[in-house]
Amino acid sequence: MKRKYIIGCALAATLCAGPALAEELTGTLKNIKETGAITIGYRDSSIPFSYLDDNQKPIGFAMDICYKIVDAVKKDLKLDKLEVKLNPVTSSTRIPLLANGTIDLECGSTTNNADRQKQISFTNTHFLTASRFVSKKSSKINSIDDLKGKSVVSTSGTTNIKQLTEANAARNLGINIIPAKDHAEAFLMVETDRAVAFVMDDILLAAFVAGSKDPDTYVISKDAFSKPEPCGIMLRKDDPAFKKVVDGATAALYQSADGQKLYDKWFMQNIPPKGLNLNAPISPVLKKAFAAPSDSPDPDSYKAM
Amino acid sequence: MFANFDFDVIRRSLGYLFFEGMTFTLTLTGLGALGGLIFGTLIALMRLSGLRLLGRIAGLYVDLMRSLPLVLVIFWFYFLVPYLGQWLTGSSRPVRVGAFTSSLVTFIMFEAAYFSEIMRAGIQSISKGQPAAANALGLTYGQTMRYVVLPQAFRNMLPVLLTQTIVLFQDTSLVYVLSIPDFLGAASKVAQRDGRLVEMYLFAAAVYFMISSAASFSVRRLQARISIVR
Amino acid sequence: MNYHWNWRIFWEPAPNGTGTYLDMLLSGLVLTIETAICAWILALVFGSIVGVLRTLPSRTASWVGFAWVEFFRNMPLLVQLFIWFFVLPEILPPSWGLWLKQMPNAPFYTAAIGIGFFMSARVAEQLRAGIGSLPRGQKLAATALGLTTAQTYRYVLLPMAFRIIMPPLTSEFLSTIKNTSVALTIGLIELTAEARAMQEFSFQVFEAFTAATVLYLLINIVVVMAMRFLERGLAIPGYITGK
Repeated sequence: MKRKYIIGCALAATLCAGPALAEELTGTLKNIKETGAITIGYRDSSIPFSYLDDNQKPIGFAMDICYKIVDAVKKDLKLDKLEVKLNPVTSSTRIPLLANGTIDLECGSTTNNADRQKQISFTNTHFLTASRFVSKKSSKINSIDDLKGKSVVSTSGTTNIKQLTEANAARNLGINIIPAKDHAEAFLMVETDRAVAFVMDDILLAAFVAGSKDPDTYVISKDAFSKPEPCGIMLRKDDPAFKKVVDGATAALYQSADGQKLYDKWFMQNIPPKGLNLNAPISPVLKKAFAAPSDSPDPDSYKAM
Repeated sequence: MFANFDFDVIRRSLGYLFFEGMTFTLTLTGLGALGGLIFGTLIALMRLSGLRLLGRIAGLYVDLMRSLPLVLVIFWFYFLVPYLGQWLTGSSRPVRVGAFTSSLVTFIMFEAAYFSEIMRAGIQSISKGQPAAANALGLTYGQTMRYVVLPQAFRNMLPVLLTQTIVLFQDTSLVYVLSIPDFLGAASKVAQRDGRLVEMYLFAAAVYFMISSAASFSVRRLQARISIVR
Repeated sequence: MNYHWNWRIFWEPAPNGTGTYLDMLLSGLVLTIETAICAWILALVFGSIVGVLRTLPSRTASWVGFAWVEFFRNMPLLVQLFIWFFVLPEILPPSWGLWLKQMPNAPFYTAAIGIGFFMSARVAEQLRAGIGSLPRGQKLAATALGLTTAQTYRYVLLPMAFRIIMPPLTSEFLSTIKNTSVALTIGLIELTAEARAMQEFSFQVFEAFTAATVLYLLINIVVVMAMRFLERGLAIPGYITGK
């Protein structure tokens, strides 16, 4: 089956005198085959999806999924070995770095929404979270309206800070929004009383609270800024061949028993580096999403049966 | 006041800080200064070449780079370099560049503007007799520059060039905005992971201070030694 | 090129409800200018004091000036801002530290003070060079006339020195404006930070940064023209060969 893809008049000659393949390789797959390497973008503090352990190596739920994708790509391209390069990204650099070719896959906890799909694509959803905020119990902040006039921090480049900004304008709360470079910095601001609350995906908040020096001093709000939204691994837009391989790999993983085991490994058991256990059993919506993998940006399509 | 500070965190992370962070910073400084000097000299020569168009282009480049904050230039190049690579190599997709390469390109391009001004001052400070004598001896423009003018200009401006390199050394800390792991970035990562901001930032400040002071002191000594009595 | 251009993005409403993306950038511009001016005033005040200290005959004064300049010149600006912003509140007594941290507009004050002190070292050096370039006879004549040191500086040396160092001071002021961008790391939402935020919300990387670049170039042109005007106004015939 041939696939013709018109990229531009300047198509560099292929570096390798490739064996006669039935399909013409295009886009990312072509690049991977030519360079023999795939680059993964990782986060440094999105526990438990993608974060650095004690030896500064990136590990996590999303990282493991990505490695499975790499195996699938390797098999698909029939390569003997495929070098995996790792490139750190932050919430604000992940999309530009994906678009400009620095990374091929972004493995973290990126929210999948229609706006972002104009620039990049997502593969099948691997988690669903809602935006909540964490604050110290002593601040006595129980609802979003209690944040009125206070300093609230969130990580730049996330949907969470966007939702916070919009809620601030819509409800006229006069919140002083502080953007932080990454989640660890933002949580540190709450820890040191520079901000009263940190708005982020609830699972990430739970991980930070559990790993902090004094977990009992914090409380995660019941109020949410959004419905549970899907998170997915990102890849470049307009690259159907690569997307097919990635989707296939993720779907196969989620639907098999390995998917459930992988989930338990990161959410129900002790995780490095401090051995904390998030104790977050798989939610019904996610169970459904695993059984029927989808990359839809619409939170409503994930409602449990 | 310093009672519950944990200075041991510095000792534990020394390896990471110096082997990964400081080597990144020093390599970036060294290569950036070298590349900036070469490129800067070229630009200075363009401006002094007497060809109006070349001079204008070089002048515009220098003015542009000197008007923009380094942080903005870092952002520009970080996102732009792969597209530039694509355009230069005529490939079908943006070229993959790592954080180090993109930072290096940024600093070379940025510092070239500053180095070019220094070299321009250096070249202009050479008495007109020198290139005139070279011309009389039958040397071409290229030979004049290479054997007569540039070595003298370089020697005259060496202290200023070295001072600019020290400034470059300090400016490399700005790659922090992209979470690139230079020395300050590494210190920050440890600080945020262990919640030890005070200790790590004070340590980083002390290290930068010691290196910069030692370097400035050496430059001052050098200046005293090689100053040519006129 | 795999990038979707959209130059009309500037007129689309920004998610923070305060208007269009262009308004976001302009509010950043205003903050940049405000921070730069506050920092520059601080730099001038402290820089002048330290510059004078360095040229005084007293050795202690000279040493104090030297220490000040070396301290602020040998640390990157970013590190200095971090120390002011993150370290200072932690080493002060807890109630003071808390007050500092909870202060509204903390990044603005920290940035103004941090950048101000950083630039004061450079102003001090310029002033020292300026005073040093004056003929020695000036100071001697002042002493002969019976002026005290303070009077000498006030009436004879400083007025001339400042006029002489106006061109380098212009470029130091431009440096101050550029250095405000470093404060985005401590949360000051100035022009570069707004461009970044715009890029993050709208994904239009190059449009956002082009706008910021153009605005910085504009500031540059305005400041250079204003300073040239000022220089011509204050020029002393026979000393400053104006352009």
